[in-house]
Amino acid sequence: MEMLSVRNLVTQFSIKAGQVKAVDGISFTLNEGETLGLVGESGCGKTTTALSIAGLLPSEGRVVSGEILLSGIDLLTLSQEELRKRRWKDISVIFQGAMNALNPVMKVGDQITEVIMLHDNKNYQEARKQVRELFSLVEIDPDRIDGYPHEFSGGMKQRVMIAMALACRPKIVIGDEPTTALDVMVQAQILNLLERLCRDIKMGLLLITHDLSVLGEIADKVAVMYAGKIVEMGSTEDILTQYRHPYTEKLVHSFPDIYGKREMVSSIPGDPPNLIDPPSGCRFHPRCSLATIRCRTEEPGYIDLGGGHITACHEIRGYEK
Amino acid sequence: MKSVMEASALHVHFKARGSFIQEIFSNHQKKVKAVDGVNIQIGEGEIFSLVGESGSGKTTVGKALLALEHKTSGSILFNGEEIPSGTGKSSRRFRQKAQMIFQDPYQSLNPRDIVLDIVGEPLVVNNLIKTSAEKRERVIEALGWAGLRPQEEYLYRLPHELSGGQRQRVAIAAALILNPQFIVADEPVSMLDVSIRADILRLMVEMRDRLGISYLFITHDLSLAWLISDRIAIMYLGKIMEIGSSELIVGSSLHPYTQALISVMPLPRVTKNKKRLILKGETPDPIDLPVGCRFNPRCPVVQDICRRQEPELAEVTPGHQVACHFPKKLLVGAP
Repeated sequence: MEMLSVRNLVTQFSIKAGQVKAVDGISFTLNEGETLGLVGESGCGKTTTALSIAGLLPSEGRVVSGEILLSGIDLLTLSQEELRKRRWKDISVIFQGAMNALNPVMKVGDQITEVIMLHDNKNYQEARKQVRELFSLVEIDPDRIDGYPHEFSGGMKQRVMIAMALACRPKIVIGDEPTTALDVMVQAQILNLLERLCRDIKMGLLLITHDLSVLGEIADKVAVMYAGKIVEMGSTEDILTQYRHPYTEKLVHSFPDIYGKREMVSSIPGDPPNLIDPPSGCRFHPRCSLATIRCRTEEPGYIDLGGGHITACHEIRGYEK
Repeated sequence: MKSVMEASALHVHFKARGSFIQEIFSNHQKKVKAVDGVNIQIGEGEIFSLVGESGSGKTTVGKALLALEHKTSGSILFNGEEIPSGTGKSSRRFRQKAQMIFQDPYQSLNPRDIVLDIVGEPLVVNNLIKTSAEKRERVIEALGWAGLRPQEEYLYRLPHELSGGQRQRVAIAAALILNPQFIVADEPVSMLDVSIRADILRLMVEMRDRLGISYLFITHDLSLAWLISDRIAIMYLGKIMEIGSSELIVGSSLHPYTQALISVMPLPRVTKNKKRLILKGETPDPIDLPVGCRFNPRCPVVQDICRRQEPELAEVTPGHQVACHFPKKLLVGAP
């Protein structure tokens, strides 16, 4: 069942130097119990996408056009107050380094209890009972409900943040680099937990990351972003093994594969473009080894490769694997 | 192979700060055993990787090898001689030959200095140049090694005008300018975008091939260690658990901790149903180390003896050492 549908989203930031076109016309859908990975280099617009959906853009940022439909309701037409009521209940966000966002002088249990009391109209005792259940759900001993943040390790604090994100049973959770600051073993524990939650409570997860290899473990679908646009989208299998866009190819090959050949990973020459004045035609053309004159002048549209696999590239035919 | 850097029975302990009351009334000073008996030899032109999670003591080993951290006991030989401590003449000579590259190029460069001064500073500090023309010439040469070309374009830039990758190249140029023999690279690519990681790693390998530099490469990412290094040591709570060639560690590891690390490593493949050895909990507190094998509380195949007796690092096949009472393969086959 379709839960979240983003259509032609355009988000811009006004800064002194001009308008930054951080997100420039992206569309995707997220279904019940599904995990969609949004991947790209820093500055490609993935976090801006998350902030636009959650209605948490800073004051310089503005959604210029598009629709964000959650169960059929366009979030962009709601007032701040209506949106505030829906945050936590419909959509919640787990940020990167979120464990540092806990209030150090307040018991962790109380920080979650507060959210539940405010959004679910429950009294303290009821809310506390619910927090204990949430703790067991994210595999923290419920007896630690009265602990303070400094008594928890980084991984445990991240679990507390996940418990908080789940407090009002949201339909959708947006994870913005939720495991980036954690050790590999703790990362594996957290990914395992998120995967189980998607399955058991039918939560939709939008997972934003720079690390394509993490998505191989957890995502059902992957969208690759470059300079504010989705350049390729498909099942995780499509993106990791049947990629058709040259940028996706380079990205996949920049991760070493210990079960493959031991050869130097590839790098992508050049820097990501300036989004105040993005390159003409295909935005990737200045860094692309296959670029032609057409790529410099004409922006490529999406080509449907079947089974939900789409890509935006002129040179796709000269590029058989 | 001649060894350039050799540490034996290296211990680095820190005093643990308790509360004020505890400090006054307790007669037992608690210690954090950050490095607790490590032996490594790094050969000429070798890239040796030290892999572990945070708190394993890998950075402390790197700092101790450069005399940036006082060792509690043990010996560290550089070209067969004990490394000097303090600030004397011999210490200066040592520092010219052994350099460090830090993790964060956003913090390791002085934001008010231009590239020419950042890269040239080691020459000035060590009185190795007489004129500014000479400094300029040497800096241009080092920038060339680090792949910042055309060099003249970078000389007068400030760090904030450079991208993360370029900053790390500046840091590398500053480390290379004194023609070091040995470099400790502490997570040199973990702050960089994946698209430029490869360039920095390639540069390190190139410098080894051309100038014969030896490296201690410190990383949490086993796949990067596998990619560029000759040998890998896996550290856990201040001790080496397993040591061997890159192929051995990744392909035929025998320590349960190494195998768990490998099984949870993200891969650029679809691995949704991969068999994983996910360890419970987190690395325990290095102040109260477990009795016996320090990995025993999290070990999936723990036996009685592991809770009583600490296993020594022992050779299982030539060049492959494992610190485990029951070294064996736990998972079979690729995902």
